Amino acid sequence: MLSLIGVVVIVVGLALRLNALLVVLVAGFCSGLVAGMTPTEILEALGHAFTQNRAVSLFIITLPVIGLLERNGLRDQAERLVQKFRAASAGRITLSYLVLRKLTNAFGLQLGGHPAMIRPLIAPMSVGAAERDLSSAAIASPRFHSLSQRIRVLNAVSENFGNFFSQLIFVASGGLLLIKSVLDKSDASVSLADMALYAIPTALISLLVMFVMCRRLDRNIRREQRLLREEYPDLSYEGGVKESADSGSDTHSISVRESQS
Amino acid sequence: MSGIDILYLITGLATMAFAVLTLTDRDHPRRLGTSAFWMIFGISLAFGGWLPDAVVGLAMLALALLAAAGQLGLGNYGQLSDTVRKARMQRFGSRLFIPALLIPAGTFIYTLTTGQSALVGLGVATLLAFAVALLMLRERPTTGLQEGRRLADSIGWAAILPQFLAALGLLFDQAGVGQTIAELVSSVVPDTSLVACVIAYCLGMAIFTMLMGNGFAAFAVITSGIGYPLVIALHGGNPAIVGVLGMLSGYCGTLMTPMAANFNIVPAALLELDDRYHIIRTQIVPALVMLTANISLMLLLAF
Repeated sequence: MLSLIGVVVIVVGLALRLNALLVVLVAGFCSGLVAGMTPTEILEALGHAFTQNRAVSLFIITLPVIGLLERNGLRDQAERLVQKFRAASAGRITLSYLVLRKLTNAFGLQLGGHPAMIRPLIAPMSVGAAERDLSSAAIASPRFHSLSQRIRVLNAVSENFGNFFSQLIFVASGGLLLIKSVLDKSDASVSLADMALYAIPTALISLLVMFVMCRRLDRNIRREQRLLREEYPDLSYEGGVKESADSGSDTHSISVRESQS
Repeated sequence: MSGIDILYLITGLATMAFAVLTLTDRDHPRRLGTSAFWMIFGISLAFGGWLPDAVVGLAMLALALLAAAGQLGLGNYGQLSDTVRKARMQRFGSRLFIPALLIPAGTFIYTLTTGQSALVGLGVATLLAFAVALLMLRERPTTGLQEGRRLADSIGWAAILPQFLAALGLLFDQAGVGQTIAELVSSVVPDTSLVACVIAYCLGMAIFTMLMGNGFAAFAVITSGIGYPLVIALHGGNPAIVGVLGMLSGYCGTLMTPMAANFNIVPAALLELDDRYHIIRTQIVPALVMLTANISLMLLLAF
């Protein structure tokens, strides 16, 4: 049971909202000590694994390109483009991205990701679609702020759903290869093609789950838009002076404490 | 030097450039701390393969202390005004999408034609997209780095959390966290019941993935501890079906844990969400639905 000390440190540390990097290091040291390592050995093990796992930080190389495009109006253009299509709603855009992500993923392609697709393209398009026909005061209101947060969250969720629940359909995916190597070691030989086939039902169910969530989001957006149009009927209410702006029934909580550490 | 090592070197050098630009940013309220943070991280990224492991370990300690002491902040990135930016948007229009789409498309084509890893493809495609963006927008490379620094600062220390967590996974492994979980679960499961064994395996995958932040790390441990002996050997489950649905159950855990920072925490920062845990909170119910679906599918198909 002592081996779980690191897990306890993580749970308690994150619950107390201590800095996650520090919590991880303390948890690592505790786990290492339990495993009978000396502090120097722990430091070396951490450093070694940190270097081995540099791949997860390579997204940083895309930041200058994304930033440069944003500086010149990429996100504004994504918003503007989507407003020309009346049929485009935040939910439909999110779902279309999910389908595209799933299809390409099933063929072993990693097209997408939060830094390269969601932030610069999908999120501004989705929020842009929700902004259609709203006055600038309405868009600047706390109610819309909260709505736009929920839209972006669903964008992020669709990336994760597309990624996780379709990658095993690809016969040569890392996940299937790992399953095969583990099971082969236990004398239960499996074929990659069989496994890929049985990954399909879960992929379809995940599509259905996201479909329901996107539909709910679109309904939610239409309701919020109606309320926003009532609160901010047209541009003459510029500045959001109407008192009802903050008194809506929106129960979505935003904790300011969490926004920056 | 292999392609991937060159990519680490370039990414590390870019990160070090963020540090240098931060140092020259007189308006930065946390100039020294933020600069030191990106410099240390950039060095570990670029030269990690050549540095002694203990030095990298010390660098991690320094990074964690800088972040915990609140030494990171936002500076002045020479942003354009809304009017100027919108005017530029009018001028470039949808051509702005070209470099953005060049990253995924280039990654795909490079990977397909050279057969090298997708990461190298990502690096090559990104550098190409950077060059195209600079030419098209007539911007200077330093402006690009300045913009990269803006995004890196806006993500903050969460940007390097995934790499920290991956390192922690190794120590969890050494301490035997997985074996303990597997023993714990199998000791409470009545192994005569097929349903109980399947639920224990899938739940065990999800829970252990939540602790490790990674389904792959959970799979070997939980499958050899619960999945193989109880579900496959004892009850005769089809190994291919049990294996793939077990892994997919692990992925349900990934959606519910801050330990999978690159999927749940970094995106929250990238998308400028007020609540760092908003994505996880939203994913809990759908992830539980998916876990129930995987358990049901396993019971339905594997026996």
